[in-house]
Amino acid sequence: MGNHSDGSPNHSGTVATAGQNEVEKFQDPGIPPHRLRLADTDPKAAKRAERQVAVLFGSSVVGTVIFLVAYFAIDLGPDSTIATIRLQNALLGIGTAFAMLGIGTGIVHWAKALMPDHEVSEERHAVRTEDDRQAAVRIVDDIVDETGIKRRPLIRNTLLGAVALAPLPALAIFGDLGPRPDDKLAHTMWAPQEGKLKRLTRDPDGTPIRASDVTIGSAFHVIPEGLNELHEGKLNEKAKAVVLLMRLNPESLKPSAGREDWSYNGIVAYSKICTHVGCPVALYEQQTHHLLCPCHQSTFDLTQECKVIFGPASRPLPQLPIAVDAEGYLVATSDFKEPVGPSYWERDEHERTYNS
Amino acid sequence: MSAHTTANAPAFVAKTKGGRITDFVDQRVGGSGILREFGRKVFPDHWSFMFGEVALYSFVILLLSGTFLTFFFDPSMAETHYDGSYTPLKNVEMSVAYSSSLDISFDVRGGLFMRQVHHWAALLFVASVSVHMLRVFFTGAFRKPRELNWVVGGVLLILSMAAGFTGYSLPDDLLSGNGLRIIDGVIKSIPVIGTYTSFFLFGGEFPGTVIISRLYMLHILLVPALILLMIVIHLFMVVVHKHTQYPGPGRNDGNVVGYPLGPVYAAKAGGFFFIVFGVVALMAAFFTINPIWNYGPYDPSPVSAGTQPDWYIGWVDGALRLMPGVIGDFHFEYVIFGQVLTLNVLLPALVPAGIVFTVLFMYPWIERWITKDDREHHVLDRPRNAPTRTAIGMAGFTFYCVMWAAASSDLIATHFHVSLNDVTYWLRALFFIGPIIAFVVTKRVALALQRKDREIALHGRETGRIVRLPHGEFIEVHAPLDDYKRYKLVGFESPVPLPAVPNEHGIVTRKEKRRAALSRWFFEDRVAPASPAELEAAHGHHGQHEAVESAEAQKTLSH
Amino acid sequence: MKALSQKRRHPLAAIALLLMGLLLTGGLYAVATTVNEAKASTTSFSANDTEEGEKLFAANCATCHGMGAGGTQDGPSLVGVGAAAVDFQVGTGRMPMQMNGPQAYKKPAQFNDEQTHQLSAYVASLGPGPSIPEEHLLDAQGNAAEGGELFRVNCAMCHNAAAAGGALTRGKFAPALADVSEKHIYEAMVTGPQNMPVFSDANVTPEGKRDIITFLKQIEANGSPGGADLGALGPVSEGLFVWIAGLGVIIAFTIWLTSRTS
Repeated sequence: MGNHSDGSPNHSGTVATAGQNEVEKFQDPGIPPHRLRLADTDPKAAKRAERQVAVLFGSSVVGTVIFLVAYFAIDLGPDSTIATIRLQNALLGIGTAFAMLGIGTGIVHWAKALMPDHEVSEERHAVRTEDDRQAAVRIVDDIVDETGIKRRPLIRNTLLGAVALAPLPALAIFGDLGPRPDDKLAHTMWAPQEGKLKRLTRDPDGTPIRASDVTIGSAFHVIPEGLNELHEGKLNEKAKAVVLLMRLNPESLKPSAGREDWSYNGIVAYSKICTHVGCPVALYEQQTHHLLCPCHQSTFDLTQECKVIFGPASRPLPQLPIAVDAEGYLVATSDFKEPVGPSYWERDEHERTYNS
Repeated sequence: MSAHTTANAPAFVAKTKGGRITDFVDQRVGGSGILREFGRKVFPDHWSFMFGEVALYSFVILLLSGTFLTFFFDPSMAETHYDGSYTPLKNVEMSVAYSSSLDISFDVRGGLFMRQVHHWAALLFVASVSVHMLRVFFTGAFRKPRELNWVVGGVLLILSMAAGFTGYSLPDDLLSGNGLRIIDGVIKSIPVIGTYTSFFLFGGEFPGTVIISRLYMLHILLVPALILLMIVIHLFMVVVHKHTQYPGPGRNDGNVVGYPLGPVYAAKAGGFFFIVFGVVALMAAFFTINPIWNYGPYDPSPVSAGTQPDWYIGWVDGALRLMPGVIGDFHFEYVIFGQVLTLNVLLPALVPAGIVFTVLFMYPWIERWITKDDREHHVLDRPRNAPTRTAIGMAGFTFYCVMWAAASSDLIATHFHVSLNDVTYWLRALFFIGPIIAFVVTKRVALALQRKDREIALHGRETGRIVRLPHGEFIEVHAPLDDYKRYKLVGFESPVPLPAVPNEHGIVTRKEKRRAALSRWFFEDRVAPASPAELEAAHGHHGQHEAVESAEAQKTLSH
Repeated sequence: MKALSQKRRHPLAAIALLLMGLLLTGGLYAVATTVNEAKASTTSFSANDTEEGEKLFAANCATCHGMGAGGTQDGPSLVGVGAAAVDFQVGTGRMPMQMNGPQAYKKPAQFNDEQTHQLSAYVASLGPGPSIPEEHLLDAQGNAAEGGELFRVNCAMCHNAAAAGGALTRGKFAPALADVSEKHIYEAMVTGPQNMPVFSDANVTPEGKRDIITFLKQIEANGSPGGADLGALGPVSEGLFVWIAGLGVIIAFTIWLTSRTS
């Protein structure tokens, strides 16, 4: 390499002090001379390129035929299998791909090999000329003058006022897009109905769960009794009411004051709706007693009343107070004591009404 | 009067039937004038100029395949029991929207193919819009007079994301339903109006029974109409401005060098539509996309591991994942005057996207203010020749990519056998330092490449031939460049920092000082292009090498 | 005979021989394993099995699980975990563990079916626990659609809706379920290996478990109707694919399209 590798800043002009405009620049040598292609000089090559283009167009025809055959010859009858659908999908795709790529590559090859490839230079014109600008200004002045809007401020001001207000009905008319929220987000189906406590039932079949069914290490996905029988708003209620039921060694639970009777013999029930943005926190690790949300990885510790130990959630999962009824089935002794799911502006208000 | 002259002129009569039809139309719409203007319009040719076309063509494919899908899709959220041919879902309770999506996949011939074409084309559409914008940014094509078209492009990027997201939710499957639930959670976190907005959007509580049909209207009518409108404005401005071109011999800000529209450019661009369609068809033929039958119908209770949005929403989802909800004892969910401020959702959902889009829309004006450059630019910068801009772009891109990677943190954990929590910790750190590292490294690389260009321009290309001189020294022979190749390496502008100048009252304002500081930061590290004098000096300095080179050249000639 | 000796020198002879050999060993192996499986799934243990199992346990497992399987600091007590737990852990190679880590990995089984059977017998004798499932629950002839519903509610959040697996906290993960035998799936549900919750018969009925297995085996056999499933990982692998393969191929085309022909 020797002397050629003098890439040091001093040699390569990094710290040029003078403005570059003072330094003489290289002259633009102009568009490089045109170089002929094989097909321009050799008629055989041109003939060959012509044949290649024709073959590509021909392959497009083949593709179209493949598509039509695959569409009409393969029947998606009642006894078709997944393999049949896969075959038809692949053949329709291959057919389309050949049909399209044949035309596309054919045209491009034609343009590249056989059409003239001289680069040409075209002058650019200013987007706006001074002449046009002046003419436009004159026209606008005349228009404004003819309307008289400058001389008649009353007209101008009333028009502005009218135009400013006119869109309001267009906004107001969307008022019926949805009902007012009121306190709908604050209540779930778990609230006892006419003094009857709701049983915890299995998701999805709705059969009630005995306390003895819940062995240590198991996790039950729970919906409230009567949810499946709802005719309207079933998913809305389910979206708030789903619960995860687990049993731990009672000693590992350390209930805080007021929550001592919310669990039964180590069985605890927590809302499954993440307090972050509402994904179901359904991943239960039975040895670490962690609950993990698969959407954003918020992690809750069951032994600390579902306190957040990792991830973007900021609030523990709400606990559902449970007990056992006379027949040995698990029941919710009340609704959740706080709104479930993601936080919202009025949430704290709602929580305070629970406690008062 | 004009009628009079027309009557006197010998009337043109077309000879063929096709000619007569063309003439009939032309007399009524004036096509000749349009053809005269555009028929031979020149377009520069470079592979990186094709991404805009990929986006346009993907959009056309989306319109075609989407129209097919609307004939079979039913956006109703009424409950039904599936009775189609896919047995693992037989008799399962689901919405009509999901059931009709399954029918498109399993019981309509070619329906699955069209669904896959539509979805692959959608992913490609947003990807090509993004790459096109990156190309425009890194080559400085957003400079005067194209600032407004850059803004239109940014609007198109947002619209394409909106089109994608509204479409992603339509099948009402478990994956997209959980995606909607996340959106609902984010909306609810908005102060004051959040709860109302959520109830208005979903027609009541989540999920309600109207969201799919509302999204359907947005997806097939409002958003595509806006996209179409923006495309028209975008292309109109391209015609007004004419295309930019890369620097090179014979190219300057006053001309455009390339191929005429007819026939070469029209053939290439037209043919390219079929190529894009063919590539999308190949993907749809052999690669499953959005297997809704795997996810099952939407139900608020289940969720699948690996619940992610499509790639273009991924960065926002990733930001949500990176944000810690609690630091020490500080909870980001904050009660203020009895109202809840959900900063752990609001900050990641709004701030990174806010930064990215604000900088994106403002950038042409920011650079214009710093450089005080009011000239029109039609010749592009090679990215290395604008090191600071390139570095800013890479910093922004890295910022985006960190969030993007965070959206797949669980898959990174399982596929590289690392802890999910560690992935999150690392990405949190990279969120802050990644862009800085990217800025420094990119700037240094760009400057180094500029120095290499200088080397080559002054001393020629290394040939790899080692020659021993009579006195024993070994040198490598360098082949000098021809004028055209050299001009490519030296024909660029390298602005110097603009010091602060006083205004008309003779005062240097604080704003002007800030501008000057930014200008220094922008341009203080620079490599000036080689000048003819330097070339002269280099030849003089290496006189003996030149002698060897010419001797070598003679030898080659005499062979 | 002569024809054979001539063909012996054919260039493809070596390949043909190799193929025959592979087929033969593969076939024998298949026969042998099915024979063994049938044997292992019978839930009756002889006194001899228990005795042999105890010896194996003392030699291979007691270091961590303690003599008499009472548990130590390094491993939990195995009293009451049942034969199903042993059959799953040992049969899938998870036990014995290679080293302590967040979770035991699936690897080639270290004990043959007979030894696994004996170990199961021994642990089952220590206390009542889930037994190895009966053959009729493993026939994958249940209701796939109902199994699918149960799977989505109880399993998909960890194992992914298409059973492609997923991440848990701190390096743990839920494995993909393709190529897991019916018996092992069933045993995992009843015993809750490692951090997996237990799905007792009171939670998901044996019929329900049979449905889940039916669903899993059916989607595994079906494959994806739309072509390659890209790992069934959802939008991430799709996005990666469109950026790398989709845009890659298109860029290749644009370079060809704008290059000059020679």
